[in-house]
Amino acid sequence: MATFSDTAVLVIIAAVKIAVILGVLLTAIAYTTWLERKVVAHIQARWGPYLVGPHGLLQPLADGAKFILKEDILPAEADKFIYWLAPFLGFVLAFLSIAVIPFGEGFTLFGRQIRFEITDLNVGLLFVFAVTSLGVYSIALAGWSSNSKYPLFGGLRSSAQMISYELSLGLAVIGAIMCAGTLSLRGIVDAQSGFWHIHGVNTWVPHWYVFVQPIGFFVYFTSAIAETNRVPFDLPEGETELVGGFHTEYSSMKFAMFFMSEYANMVTVSCLATILFFGGWHGPRFGPQILQIFLPVFWFCLKVFCFLFFYIWMRGTLPRFRYDQLMSLGWKFLLPLGLLNILLTSFLIALRG
Amino acid sequence: MTLLFYIFAAVAVLAALNMVLQRTPVYSALSLIVVLCSLAVVYLLLGADFMAVIQVIVYAGAIMVLFVFVIMLLNAGHERPSHRSRLVRWLGAPIIFALFFELLVVIWDQFPPTSAAPPAHLDGSPRAIGTLLFHNYVLPFEVTSILILVAVLGAVVLAKKEF
Amino acid sequence: MVPLSHYLALSVILFVLGAAGFIFRRNIITVFMCIELMLNAVNLAFMAFSRFLGNLDGQIFVFFVIVVAAAEAAVGLAIIIALHRNRESLNIEDVDAMKM
Repeated sequence: MATFSDTAVLVIIAAVKIAVILGVLLTAIAYTTWLERKVVAHIQARWGPYLVGPHGLLQPLADGAKFILKEDILPAEADKFIYWLAPFLGFVLAFLSIAVIPFGEGFTLFGRQIRFEITDLNVGLLFVFAVTSLGVYSIALAGWSSNSKYPLFGGLRSSAQMISYELSLGLAVIGAIMCAGTLSLRGIVDAQSGFWHIHGVNTWVPHWYVFVQPIGFFVYFTSAIAETNRVPFDLPEGETELVGGFHTEYSSMKFAMFFMSEYANMVTVSCLATILFFGGWHGPRFGPQILQIFLPVFWFCLKVFCFLFFYIWMRGTLPRFRYDQLMSLGWKFLLPLGLLNILLTSFLIALRG
Repeated sequence: MTLLFYIFAAVAVLAALNMVLQRTPVYSALSLIVVLCSLAVVYLLLGADFMAVIQVIVYAGAIMVLFVFVIMLLNAGHERPSHRSRLVRWLGAPIIFALFFELLVVIWDQFPPTSAAPPAHLDGSPRAIGTLLFHNYVLPFEVTSILILVAVLGAVVLAKKEF
Repeated sequence: MVPLSHYLALSVILFVLGAAGFIFRRNIITVFMCIELMLNAVNLAFMAFSRFLGNLDGQIFVFFVIVVAAAEAAVGLAIIIALHRNRESLNIEDVDAMKM
């Protein structure tokens, strides 16, 4: 039985980790909105925000202040409890899945091993999927509780889209899990260290699963974009561009919560993509001890940033899918492709013995 | 650990009570989701981490989504009070109470609290469950796949508007 | 350590609540949800026994119960949708055409 001081130290370490990771995540979300506006603006040959602070870097602060100060409208016929519950539920769930994501190797402090993650479950990947499947409720309930036509249809369509793409999301990662042999996220990253060896010869290609699971990566990333309701799959959100889909009737802080949970989901999915397919924090290591501790975190953040940039790039470039095209893509193309990937991967693994 | 069990057991019972007593189906559905998630935590406390996550993903995250969808599509509002005879109430309540007390008495009799402690560790990991599922229980696994296929076909056919 | 009888008592309470809701509620969907509650109570009993007997088979049973519950929910809700389309009512007292 652990002593009281042991437990107290564990709790303090966990609290510090949570505070740091939450702080970093919230800042990352705020500046992803800035990045999105800047990148989409430059793709469309205009400037984007540049008035507030140098290059518009203080724009997220201005947006935050705007959201807090706006009037909070409650529709008369809306179901009050669920109308209030939906954005908070989405917000909490979006930030919950960050609890199992490892950011780097870790270091030893006063004889205690401290890792760059809040916790590591041995079913960590399934935990992220569990939180994602609960996130469907926030959108469905938001659409229903607004007691109005457009939000209801937007909410139902969005939920149907999310549960359809959850399937292909789950199937796509099974290939990577089979290669790694574990569901723990840290275990999957650890299995991707080093380089690929063909017949004992060291090709200097990193041991990342994207090289053996290209189909899996493609299915995963496409499903992830659909899962987070981003362009080109954001029809439920930008219906006719005049009415906002499930968050039509929401204003100020509650709308900001939907906004933030969408970006948090994007960050989570990008983190998962790097962990599952791009080797997590593995990268060149050099330099003094302190640099060696933070370099893996830097590589991880760099890879996640590449994925976020790719998300934003797609938003600026691609047109929107129609709803029936979206659903048939998920069910008739990605799902069979994911199954095919599982078959191929298991066959090849069984062949190798 | 034991305190966690009692907390989540209380949450489950309160949510189940709320589910049975609410007049609006959406609130009942949300209460049922709370019950399912607290049961998942209880499974976790029993050392079954894979089944706990499966409970959340499949039951709370897929089956209940289906329920919530249907409630929203059919616009099930408030439930009107019954206009049937009081026979159901007068006959049903004693039966429910009898069932409840009988089950409690059986449990108290068969499993006194002072019985032996549970075995040290039950491996509820995905690997253990997968091994058991694909070695001993392959036949039920394949049969349930066919069952799901039949259910999908049945649901599509039953809910279609016209042929 | 929580004794087995406490887990079973929780299972019994949930089961009886589900049975009570099944008998007394009028809305079809709520009745269906009470059935799901009863299934979950049984799942909990299976899990508790699996732990206290040291046998993993109980958890496999729970797995199959969850899968079958999913199939049953899909078909049952499809039937409810078809029923609503025909009768415009979700009250089980209106579905008594075969009663004597």
